Amino acid sequence: MTGVRVAGVGLTHFGKHPERTGRDLFAEASERAFADAGVDRADVEQLNFGNFMGELSEHQGHQGPLMAEAAGLTAPATRYESACASSGVAVREAVKDVRNGEADVMLVGGAERMNNLGTAGTTEALAIAADDLYEVRAGMTFPAAYALMARAYFEQYGGSREDLAEIAVKNHDNALENEFAQFQRAITVEDALEAPTIADPLGLYDACPITDGASAAVLVSDEYAEEHGLDAPVSITGTGQGGDKMALQDRRFLARTPAAERAAEEAYDDAGIGPQDVSVAEVHDCFTIAEVLAVEALDFYAPGEGIGAAARGETTRDGDRPVNLSGGLKAKGHPVGATGTSQVVEMTRLLRGDHPNSDAVPGEIGVAHNAGGTVASTTVHVLEVDR
Amino acid sequence: MSDRTGEGERVRDDGFDDFLDAVESGEGYYLECPEGHGSLPPRRVCPHCGATDLEETPLPETGEIETYTEVHVPAPSFADDAPYVTAVTDFGGARLTGIVRDTDAVTVGTEVALDVAETETADERVLVFRVR
Repeated sequence: MTGVRVAGVGLTHFGKHPERTGRDLFAEASERAFADAGVDRADVEQLNFGNFMGELSEHQGHQGPLMAEAAGLTAPATRYESACASSGVAVREAVKDVRNGEADVMLVGGAERMNNLGTAGTTEALAIAADDLYEVRAGMTFPAAYALMARAYFEQYGGSREDLAEIAVKNHDNALENEFAQFQRAITVEDALEAPTIADPLGLYDACPITDGASAAVLVSDEYAEEHGLDAPVSITGTGQGGDKMALQDRRFLARTPAAERAAEEAYDDAGIGPQDVSVAEVHDCFTIAEVLAVEALDFYAPGEGIGAAARGETTRDGDRPVNLSGGLKAKGHPVGATGTSQVVEMTRLLRGDHPNSDAVPGEIGVAHNAGGTVASTTVHVLEVDR
Repeated sequence: MSDRTGEGERVRDDGFDDFLDAVESGEGYYLECPEGHGSLPPRRVCPHCGATDLEETPLPETGEIETYTEVHVPAPSFADDAPYVTAVTDFGGARLTGIVRDTDAVTVGTEVALDVAETETADERVLVFRVR
């Protein structure tokens, strides 16, 4: 089985670009990825593309071939949809295809256009990642779903809105130097606590923004990298995916995410590492409480222990294991179908040393955790850099 | 929520609408498998163990609020309902998600009864919990 290397990565600015189409965003991200990789587009054997709400936001289905065209490829192309984990799944399937010899060169990525729908339209479009019969018809929105989990967490383990605010402050700080981030501005705990309530106990600063953007990565086999003399020091050495019941009401736990626990275990086993070997992580912090659930699912903390990690300085830039050095979904932004691949892009830059926060990375192994819906689907990837 | 899809009147959803009818007439039920796992219709298999012989079992008179949130930023189909409280409740055999009506005194552990009402925005039927 061959190893899988990240030959090149590309992002658009994540932010408000309501006038830009998904195809234009992905064309830009993929152009950057090819320039970074030094790989000929003609060598690409397949595109795996993540998108969630294209039918609603752009009246556009069948985005695989459309996006291949935008990227300048004639290769077969497939769209992956797994809510906010869409392009995490696209990455996982690409890793499998390179490993099993189906392809030596794959383009993976994703794009999402959201701001043209406005806040109400986006709230409605995102809600369909929840169960329509049992949840959406009962007034569930995504902030509401995570608020239900946050209150369940507080009830079971303790924790406070201040603890969550510390996570928002940390991730905003991390985004300050990231040119691709939606919010390059610092906030304070007071700012977060005084912000308008979205769904209590979550306020505006507990939530990621509505974001337009795209991400892309060129993945190649070890053999291809060697034959073509590519400078590709980062490998994806582990992949895992987990699932859970669609509706919160059918879950065994309301304050834990077993889908992510299973994905992490599978990815660690695949890479032959354990959580103690991981020195840096990009996790799916669509809401501040989601970062808590993620660091616990990744087994960095026992259930109930992750809530204070940011406040204690353990997951901050100068902590032992920084989390979301990109700014995370919270400050970098969350164009949902692009997010999973963008985490791999950011981790690649962090590990190989060309990210503005690379100096904060304390080791050679990172993980990317991408969650769909209320964590009914999750992918986890392990990335390692040759030193 | 016909205005969500632009497809005109919503068609009936077998199973789920039967369930709402039953709750409305005070005869709410859930589906129970031989292992004792509960879930709501429509189902052909138990989501927890895959058993296929599901039996309609009466819901208890009351349940308990397990977690809740007051929603201030709603989807358009709940625009006129906001702010409203959405809760996940434990009715013994099964958990249900709905809207808590007619009270400000919601807390985890509050005892509630089950009912069906209409949303203010779209006049759609919705499961509601009323504090006992």
